Amino acid sequence: MTEAPLLRTALHALHRALGARMVAFAGYEMPVQYPAGILAEHQHTRTHASLFDVSHMGQARLALAAAAALEALVPVDVLGLAAGRQRYAFFTNETGGILDDLMISNAGDHYFVVVNAARKAHDFALLAKHCGAVVLADRALLALQGPLAAQVMQRLAPGAAALVFMQTAALKIGSAACFVSRSGYTGEDGFEISVPAGEAERLAKLLLAQQGVAPAGLGARDSLRLEAGLCLYGHDIDASTTPVEAGLEWAIQKARRHGGARAGGFPGADVILPQIERGTARRRAGILPEGRAPLREGETLLDAEGRRVGRLTSGGFGATVNAPVAMAYVESPLARPGTELAAVVRGRTRACRVAALPFVPHRYYREKTP
Amino acid sequence: MTTLRMTEDHEWIRIDAAGVGTVGITRFAQEQLGDIVFVELPTVGRQLAQGEDAAVIESVKAAAECKSPVSGTVTEVNGALAEEPGKVNQDPTGAGWFFKIRLEDAKQLDALLDEAAYQAKTAK
Repeated sequence: MTEAPLLRTALHALHRALGARMVAFAGYEMPVQYPAGILAEHQHTRTHASLFDVSHMGQARLALAAAAALEALVPVDVLGLAAGRQRYAFFTNETGGILDDLMISNAGDHYFVVVNAARKAHDFALLAKHCGAVVLADRALLALQGPLAAQVMQRLAPGAAALVFMQTAALKIGSAACFVSRSGYTGEDGFEISVPAGEAERLAKLLLAQQGVAPAGLGARDSLRLEAGLCLYGHDIDASTTPVEAGLEWAIQKARRHGGARAGGFPGADVILPQIERGTARRRAGILPEGRAPLREGETLLDAEGRRVGRLTSGGFGATVNAPVAMAYVESPLARPGTELAAVVRGRTRACRVAALPFVPHRYYREKTP
Repeated sequence: MTTLRMTEDHEWIRIDAAGVGTVGITRFAQEQLGDIVFVELPTVGRQLAQGEDAAVIESVKAAAECKSPVSGTVTEVNGALAEEPGKVNQDPTGAGWFFKIRLEDAKQLDALLDEAAYQAKTAK
């Protein structure tokens, strides 16, 4: 098997200089951790602010006129998305499965979308064919996440600090023309900053020079999003899971549901919309293992009678919870918090129970201060 | 006099004057694993064969096995790791030890790596 050489982000040299351990991820050489380590980087994000390089993710722009075409690919209200606002969305297939999840922003004079690195080829082909999307290959993407993120942005770009959760703005940070959204993948308040690749290292260094900001890698990003109950594509959601099974029906606005102004009209609508009303046989649920050892993706869940009732899709150690945490699909009647189950680990069973998601409360900045 | 030996799988064993071996994982191994959050230790009295899975190491990234470098009987385990598994990261060849084992056959040590040979191997 020949392996394609790994791609590098604009911050590759900086990661090296910071002592990162680099791993292959979705075709990129990415920092999994810095010398502080995953647990410390995770904690730092929850108590201070961390800078993540997420430039491996795909960025593209679409004309505003492509709104209806984009709506035909996602069960999300795109036409109703106001300028300066962002929405979580997912591409679906004819059987209601999820082809990828993405962020859609109305940037005022165009739509800006961010897709998963591992799904770039698929998503860009789809968006080019149906929506005339233009790939923004020359932009990096930085995420500043944590309770100190707003203070940092207040100093560097007050316009960003004035945003609330899921609002966006085009603004300058230093000399760099950025597109900023107040969002992220950690459950914390924070910002995602799209920046020209040529300005990325300077911006990253500027952010890292701010008090309370430290670099964090993909390892901490994964444990943070897991504690926050956020799905990772290819693990917690994929073409075999529907948005309703995944508990993501909140992302399907009224306009696209039965009785809505533009009900249906996306792939798999005849599967997904009835599921919102009638429910599904299985649901995504949080799982708290007993003891200190993490449960891992792929492990089977049994009920009290030893019947197979689910499968783990993500598992790891939640540094803030200070305990292992996991997510799984389980039979819907068992998906209530408190249900006692067992996981099969290396041929033995380990007690665990269903828990409410998220494991750590979201701390998004939703309101403007009066 | 103590003897320190390493395995190709990154375990170490230190033999004390009484001929009891203390086992753990090397600095290189803990670096590769990242932050360790749990170690499942063998029970005292368990008979282990050389190369048999003796402990399970759970890091933030993955689970890994610690194999017994020699055959023998487990005489003691490091109970402190239950509360502070991070000792394995901080002091892998000291406070982060896993278990002690009474050797069945000291000759098994001859096939293990000495420190210099191990360093040469992991420096690659």
